[in-house]
Amino acid sequence: MSAVFAAVSTDAPIFVAQNVFFAVVALLMVGSALKVVTTSNVVHAALWLVLVLAGAAAQFILLGSEFVAVTQVLVYIGAVVVLFLFGVMLTRASMGDDESVAGEKRSMAAVVAGLLLAVMSVALIDSFSDDRVVIDQPQLVTTVADSIFSQYIVPFEAISVLLLAALIGAIVVARRD
Amino acid sequence: MLLNQFLLLAAVLFCIGVYGVLVRRNGMLVLMSIEIILNAVNINLVAFGALTDNVGGEVFALFAIAVAAAEVGIGLAIVLLMYRNRRSIDLSEADLLKG
Amino acid sequence: MNFLLLAAENATQLPLAVSNGTNWFLEHAWIVPLLPAVSFVIILFFGKRMPRKGAEVGVAAVALAFVFAVLTGVAWINHRDNYTPPAASESALVIDGGEIAPDQVVPAAEEAPTKGEVVTEGGGEAEQPTVAIHKSTTWLRNGGVAFDAGILVDGLSVLMLFMVTLVSLLVHIYSTDYVAGDRRYTHFFAFLSLFTAAMLFFVLSDNILQMIVGWELVGVCSFVLIGHWWEEKANSDAAMKAFITNRVGDIGLLVGVIILFFTAGNGSFDILTINSNIVSGGVSHTALIVAAMSLTAAVMSKSGQFVLHTWLPDAMAGPTPVSALIHAATMVVAGIYMVARLYPVFFEGMQIGGSSINLLAVVGAVTLVLAGLVAFVQSDIKKVLAYSTISQLGYMVMALGVGAWTAAIFHLFTHAFFKACLFLGAGSTSHAVHSFDMKKDMGGLRRWMPHTYLTFVVASLALAGIFPLAGFWSKDEILSGTGGWGLFGGTGGNGAYTFMLAMGILGAALTGAYMTRVIYLTFHGEFRGHGTPHESGRLILVPLYVLAGFALLAGLINLPVGFITGNNSSWQERFGHYVQPVAGYFPDIAQATPSYSLAIVSSFVAFAGIGYAFWYYFVKLDRLARATGESLTELPDGLVANSAVARAGHTLLVQKYYLDHLYTDIIVGTTKGVIARAANWTNQNVIDGAVNLAGRWSVKVGRFTYDRIDQPLVDGLANATGRASNSLGDGFRVVQTGKVQQYAALLFAAAALLGGALVVVLSL
Repeated sequence: MSAVFAAVSTDAPIFVAQNVFFAVVALLMVGSALKVVTTSNVVHAALWLVLVLAGAAAQFILLGSEFVAVTQVLVYIGAVVVLFLFGVMLTRASMGDDESVAGEKRSMAAVVAGLLLAVMSVALIDSFSDDRVVIDQPQLVTTVADSIFSQYIVPFEAISVLLLAALIGAIVVARRD
Repeated sequence: MLLNQFLLLAAVLFCIGVYGVLVRRNGMLVLMSIEIILNAVNINLVAFGALTDNVGGEVFALFAIAVAAAEVGIGLAIVLLMYRNRRSIDLSEADLLKG
Repeated sequence: MNFLLLAAENATQLPLAVSNGTNWFLEHAWIVPLLPAVSFVIILFFGKRMPRKGAEVGVAAVALAFVFAVLTGVAWINHRDNYTPPAASESALVIDGGEIAPDQVVPAAEEAPTKGEVVTEGGGEAEQPTVAIHKSTTWLRNGGVAFDAGILVDGLSVLMLFMVTLVSLLVHIYSTDYVAGDRRYTHFFAFLSLFTAAMLFFVLSDNILQMIVGWELVGVCSFVLIGHWWEEKANSDAAMKAFITNRVGDIGLLVGVIILFFTAGNGSFDILTINSNIVSGGVSHTALIVAAMSLTAAVMSKSGQFVLHTWLPDAMAGPTPVSALIHAATMVVAGIYMVARLYPVFFEGMQIGGSSINLLAVVGAVTLVLAGLVAFVQSDIKKVLAYSTISQLGYMVMALGVGAWTAAIFHLFTHAFFKACLFLGAGSTSHAVHSFDMKKDMGGLRRWMPHTYLTFVVASLALAGIFPLAGFWSKDEILSGTGGWGLFGGTGGNGAYTFMLAMGILGAALTGAYMTRVIYLTFHGEFRGHGTPHESGRLILVPLYVLAGFALLAGLINLPVGFITGNNSSWQERFGHYVQPVAGYFPDIAQATPSYSLAIVSSFVAFAGIGYAFWYYFVKLDRLARATGESLTELPDGLVANSAVARAGHTLLVQKYYLDHLYTDIIVGTTKGVIARAANWTNQNVIDGAVNLAGRWSVKVGRFTYDRIDQPLVDGLANATGRASNSLGDGFRVVQTGKVQQYAALLFAAAALLGGALVVVLSL
């Protein structure tokens, strides 16, 4: 977290508004994400997740990727979270408290996650501390669409097959027989 | 804006997600943590795309969103199946792999 | 790929006699494999709903493919005799000198004859080159490497087209009766079709990658059809064995293909490129010999050569038509075909010309004798035929090893007919007595099954190499091709392979003898089975007669030089003339001249083998059987009963040289143990790698040594180490909680540690 602020504080002054926006959203995201993984209420966790996802959409807009931001809102907040809520309902997971997690498990997970974060932070700061993102204008949807349907047509088709397979697979796995 | 601020945000989110995957006992909550991880990756993709002014980053973020949707579908199906078979989605009870 | 352009680009003189086609059937040879492939799909999806359960589609498609193959053959003969190269490309110098008119190179999309190009080997007086037809299209392109798919039509592939479709057609017809009423009847025909398609695809391949695809496809079909009745454990085991044994050879194939791709192919999989590069020299001999040896491993597994042949007798668990088609006539010769196709690799790599021993020839020679010997102790008629097949494949491999290319292919051709006939005949007898056991359930069948008997005897005589049946000509050609007869009058050839000649002659005696034994046990003496046998129906007998007819006459298409009317070339060496490529993608091999003295000697030896077996079974055993009134299968006071050495030899043969024990008990047993323990070890050792590594290895080595090698010597040491590491293993068992999240934690921790190590290393 401190690394984030460090990054903000050393930024060029031209992008003050963006940086402030970034910092606010980033704080919101980190806080909500922490709530997702710590709250004992499953439904609350899903709602906190909405905040994380919306924050990610905001970051996409900051990066000039409007189409991805819109898709993020539509697919994640629109569909995935609803799916989660359905899942919660169908599994009748306790609306109240999730059973408490053993302390040793928690500390183990914290150590692992902290280790990962440390390694990643060191590597990132080491490699990219000079790179600046300059957003002149947002990426046009036309550009994205042209790219998907020309250069990335094969992965696109593969994704469609994958979605179909997942559709069928979900039905097969979950059907009652 | 620095590239690193996005990358570090993504790293933090990733690690929070990992923590959630490791610590949660409820299958649904594990799936949510996985979503956080995937989002962290997406932020990385878009940030690098913006850095190099390359549309590929966005395209692959879109692909990742599609894959994540598929993953949630299958993951929920598995959790439902688990619930139906064991009347519980507590992952700590699923230890058939015990050696 | 346009070879004219290629040749022009490389500015080298590739003496390739390759054309893009002149005849519709030659250019469209890909239709032949396409027909059964379509039939496979149709049978698979709609077969069950058809009036004849899909069999009609299979038969029709293969019949049509056969017609196409015959027409292709006719077109090829015409092409071979009447081909005149276009004037523009009279000589390769034209290409090099840049004198070629641009409009003859550039508009490659125009009609075939103009883009066809030929480089003649010499003056017009010399024999015209066999002009192969090569057509290919780029399948996909990746990283500068083009993966092509195409057809290479020359004498060899046309011959295989003809042979495969003919045998397949007859087997299809035969199967409509033989497997009638089977619960997976439709499935059977579907895979028969797929097999035919795959084999045809394989023989038409123009690049080695495509060959691998065909090679594996026929392997899969073989696996499926061996396990056709998989409900019985033995059958599915046999299928697994065939599949896994073939995997061993496939490694060799892959290694060989990779080597060829990088050396001879220069970044291309194309067979013509590889072959012509090797023929024109400049490819490292070391690379070639390694490639040739790797490919030999593939031949050993696919074509059932000694040490990797054990799957083939077991493969007889499949339905008999499958044995006839796949495990006698076609698939098992895929290895032979591959060698023939990539012959320059072997010829140059193993230096076949001028040497007197090489791996290929030795493998073939050893196989043909050892398999022939095992055939004597089998009581299952199909197993005898299986070992006979192995032995005959040994002949072919040996022939290729000694440089007698034409002889090998000729033997492949004739063998397909008489061996398919024998297998189908065996199927016919088993149809009558519901068993394959000659000793228990057969005997005296000639009384009830005269037609089967007649065709079986004809095919047996052809197999034994009796004049003037098919086997005589082809086997004799192999024997003279060894060049080993040189000491006694001279036959030429590529070297003096005396050992191979001796083994070949010995094999001739064995062949005659074991076939005589089979005929006696099956068709003579008294019937030992139950019920009353009956002759099979017409659908079974017609293929038998057709095949017997080929067994009788097929040899006449390659009469040796000077056999009939001096130099009347319209009758002699026709087969070699049409089949053997003389173009730039084929090595310059020396042709052996036929030798009358050798023919007489080998015939005499074959007769001696038959005569001895005849005396043993038809005279002595028959007399004894009449005297005692029983139906006997062997003499009670024979050699085996009297001599300990013979008994030991007999046991060795019955145990099939203990190869199966070697594989299952020792190799698989220990490997399985090792692998299982290694896997276990990996699981149990997430944390303390080093200690447990040492411990587990000690356990493994210690156990192995303790159990099998040196119990008294290292007993204590091994035990102690074993116990120590066992308890260590128990300690680490705690890690195996079965909780997914804990595993995930370990995974992430390991990833973080490795990533951290990487960061540290990179920042140093």
